[in-house]
Amino acid sequence: MAQFSLTVNGVPHRVEADEATPLLYVLRNMIGLDGPRYGCGAEQCGACTVLVNGEPRHACTVPIDQLAAASVVTVEGLARDGHPLIEAFLAHNAAQCGYCSSGILVEAASLLAANPTPTRAEVMRALDGHLCRCGAHNRVIKAVLSVSSPEKP
Amino acid sequence: MPLPESLERNPRLDDWIQFERERIIVRTGKVELGQGIATAIAMIAAEELEVSVEQIQVRTGNTAEGPNEFLTAGSMSIETSGAAVRQVCAEVRALLMARAAERLGVPLHELSIVDGIVRHTKTNHSASWFELAGESPFGVDATGRATPRPFESYRLIGRTTTRIDLRDRFTGRRAFIQDEPRDGLLHGRIVRGPSVNHMLAGIDTVRASRLPGIVNVVVDGGFVGVVAVDEFTASRARALLARDAQWKRQGAAPSPDPVSFLQSNADDHLLVVDGTPVPGPLPPRETGENTLRATYFKPYHMHGSIGPSAAVATFTQGKLRIKSHSQGPSVIRDSIAAALDMSPGDISVRHVGNAGCYGHNGADDAAMDAAMLAIATPGRTILLKWEREDEHRYEPYSPAMVMQMEASLSADRITHWNADIYSQTHSGRPMPHRSVSNLIAAWHKSSPLARAESRPGLGNHSGIHRNADPYYSLPSRRIIKHLVRDQGVRTSSTRGLGAFGNVFAIESFMDELAHAAGIDPVDFRLAHLADNRAEEVIRTAVSLSAAFEPPDMPNARIGRGLAFARYKNRQTYAAVVICLAVNEETLRTTLLHGAIAADAGQVIDRDGLANQLEGGVLQAASWTLKEAVTFDDEATTSVDWETYPILRFSEVPEVDVAVLDRPGSPSLGAGEATQGPTPAAIANAIFNATGVRLRRIPFTPDALRQAAMRNEP
Ligand code: FES
Ligand code: FES
Repeated sequence: MAQFSLTVNGVPHRVEADEATPLLYVLRNMIGLDGPRYGCGAEQCGACTVLVNGEPRHACTVPIDQLAAASVVTVEGLARDGHPLIEAFLAHNAAQCGYCSSGILVEAASLLAANPTPTRAEVMRALDGHLCRCGAHNRVIKAVLSVSSPEKP
Repeated sequence: MPLPESLERNPRLDDWIQFERERIIVRTGKVELGQGIATAIAMIAAEELEVSVEQIQVRTGNTAEGPNEFLTAGSMSIETSGAAVRQVCAEVRALLMARAAERLGVPLHELSIVDGIVRHTKTNHSASWFELAGESPFGVDATGRATPRPFESYRLIGRTTTRIDLRDRFTGRRAFIQDEPRDGLLHGRIVRGPSVNHMLAGIDTVRASRLPGIVNVVVDGGFVGVVAVDEFTASRARALLARDAQWKRQGAAPSPDPVSFLQSNADDHLLVVDGTPVPGPLPPRETGENTLRATYFKPYHMHGSIGPSAAVATFTQGKLRIKSHSQGPSVIRDSIAAALDMSPGDISVRHVGNAGCYGHNGADDAAMDAAMLAIATPGRTILLKWEREDEHRYEPYSPAMVMQMEASLSADRITHWNADIYSQTHSGRPMPHRSVSNLIAAWHKSSPLARAESRPGLGNHSGIHRNADPYYSLPSRRIIKHLVRDQGVRTSSTRGLGAFGNVFAIESFMDELAHAAGIDPVDFRLAHLADNRAEEVIRTAVSLSAAFEPPDMPNARIGRGLAFARYKNRQTYAAVVICLAVNEETLRTTLLHGAIAADAGQVIDRDGLANQLEGGVLQAASWTLKEAVTFDDEATTSVDWETYPILRFSEVPEVDVAVLDRPGSPSLGAGEATQGPTPAAIANAIFNATGVRLRRIPFTPDALRQAAMRNEP
């Protein structure tokens, strides 16, 4: 057990955990967030995706001891900041069960930050690491495209 | 008017509806599985009471309160629960209107409803539903005397609305069973062998027990689980216990050749007439002059929920409280009671959602697992989670199926139709029985229950023979279902049950017959249909697809394929046209566009319906192009998303949906309507593009290469 400090959605936290504890367990069970989800624990589905220092990472495998003073953003952070993706996902009913949604929202936010006007193909490529079993893909793609600036098709 | 079936069984109005300050609580025994049922139910209630959807709060499946509606399955919720809620609201509306007339001292017919307020225009007196309902329950049963509002007056139903439950899911608020508040909660994991057919042969619990934070290592007969104060410890203990346990397979290993295994191991053979099996001797097979034969195959598939199964359980003073994402809260309660020799009254099960399940997945087993851990750890609340590999290994798979088709043609008409369908059970759901069980932990625990034997389902369009009977007009048909009772691979219900395999075979075969007859496949189908609604969905899907222009692609052959079915021959009509490209070098199939046309009767939630239909196409496309559970001589080798790949964002086609609304005709369940047509539309499109007929799912590049080399006609 050791002490770790990290910033989550702008709020500093100190947690006591085993060094090898995956970030996902820290976020869900110690910091009390529900947004990042467990889907596979093996970087295969994307349900756990969060931003670590601005980069999308799989919280299911990153151990806490690699995150000294890191800044983490989860879907709760996007919601708090009123990220336009959330209203766009609502407007498109861009899910069925919504279990995949938090990871996808975080990934899409990171895509739009780097490329505010992605094409359909670019959105598909960016989200390729995210599995959705309900088949909501097209709605997700449309919702993401609706947020990008309208100049590009 | 006779009451809708669900209401007949639960006639107490208070079981269904309650007025609470400014919201109306509507309870349904059905459960939200991500299919949007809560939204559709809210729309029906809001329509009947003339309030906004936001004023309705829908509470789903709970054994301690609300109506008991058994299972949420088979696309029946709108037809059963929807009809019941509509009648309940009509009755309550009539009751409250009568109260209003009395209270305001005016004749009933002078009252009207404006924005959910009962008004008397002459005197300008008014009363809200909430004032009229008051705090006390209605205390009466539904009578069937109230008439629901005429569909011509609908202002919500048939439109698009925003799903009422999605905001929480998009903002990281508590939404799923795994989100049970973690304060004071213990974390559970289970430990099993390579398959559910493996029994514990030995275990050393010392290493796992020594981990700091372990509360309980539970070994009950061959049931093994662990409870810890934190989740990471529980997960590590699971891994250690898995290393320190030995397992032995009971019964033969899965056959490496399911096609011949199924065809040579059937135990029951039943003639299916009008969708219903009839026991008795089989009639002789008849054929005509020009006879075609083809055998189709679908492999074992997974439900593959993105969120592995989980459950919450607490055992205090002889009472067990469970939260579960089971599709049947009352069924799982009674089944757990039977397996644990408890009284059902000592167990409560409340439904809390998980990721989409698409049928009978690990949900029920997880509820039983959590119950086992809770009983061994009294007084504490345990959140039990299966890990990814647990779900892949132990969920009951969608059974493999072989469809042997034979038909004769005379000129451009089918004269004889013969089908032999082979499969294992599609109904391995839990059941309340004291000596046998369908729950894994019940087979493994001390004083175990035997595994329930497979029995041929005799219901209309149940199981293997769902949609085995073509919707076409045929002068003669002989359809036989063959049940293989063997359970060397555990199987159960998956979205669409037999309809996926059967419609795949029927609609591929219709294409083959059309080509043999030298007729356009669309015209060939229409010539054999005697239902205008069927014809209209087919024509609509064809023109929707024609409006799609495929892009220029190098080395690609483009093709289109159509397939049609009416789910269970009595629910939603759906036609799917797929446009795809096959790369001449890699033989990879790329889906370009899916056109869906569907007629689900009176539409309730338009976008919810479209969402279900298009999700069904994409999921079925994944099953068709990519999926098959694989086995070695012990157990499955499909243990994660790399060894069991599914459709990715880079592989999805664009989809257009046309919903044909039929105001005034009954609303039909649609959640499984596109599962069947999709694989056939893909097979027909690949044939159209390449001249190669694929009859075995999945349609991988390798399958295409082999079929091309066999050069089958
Ligand atoms: S849970 Fe992390 S990628 Fe699946
Ligand atoms: S919406 Fe259910 S997994 Fe994506």
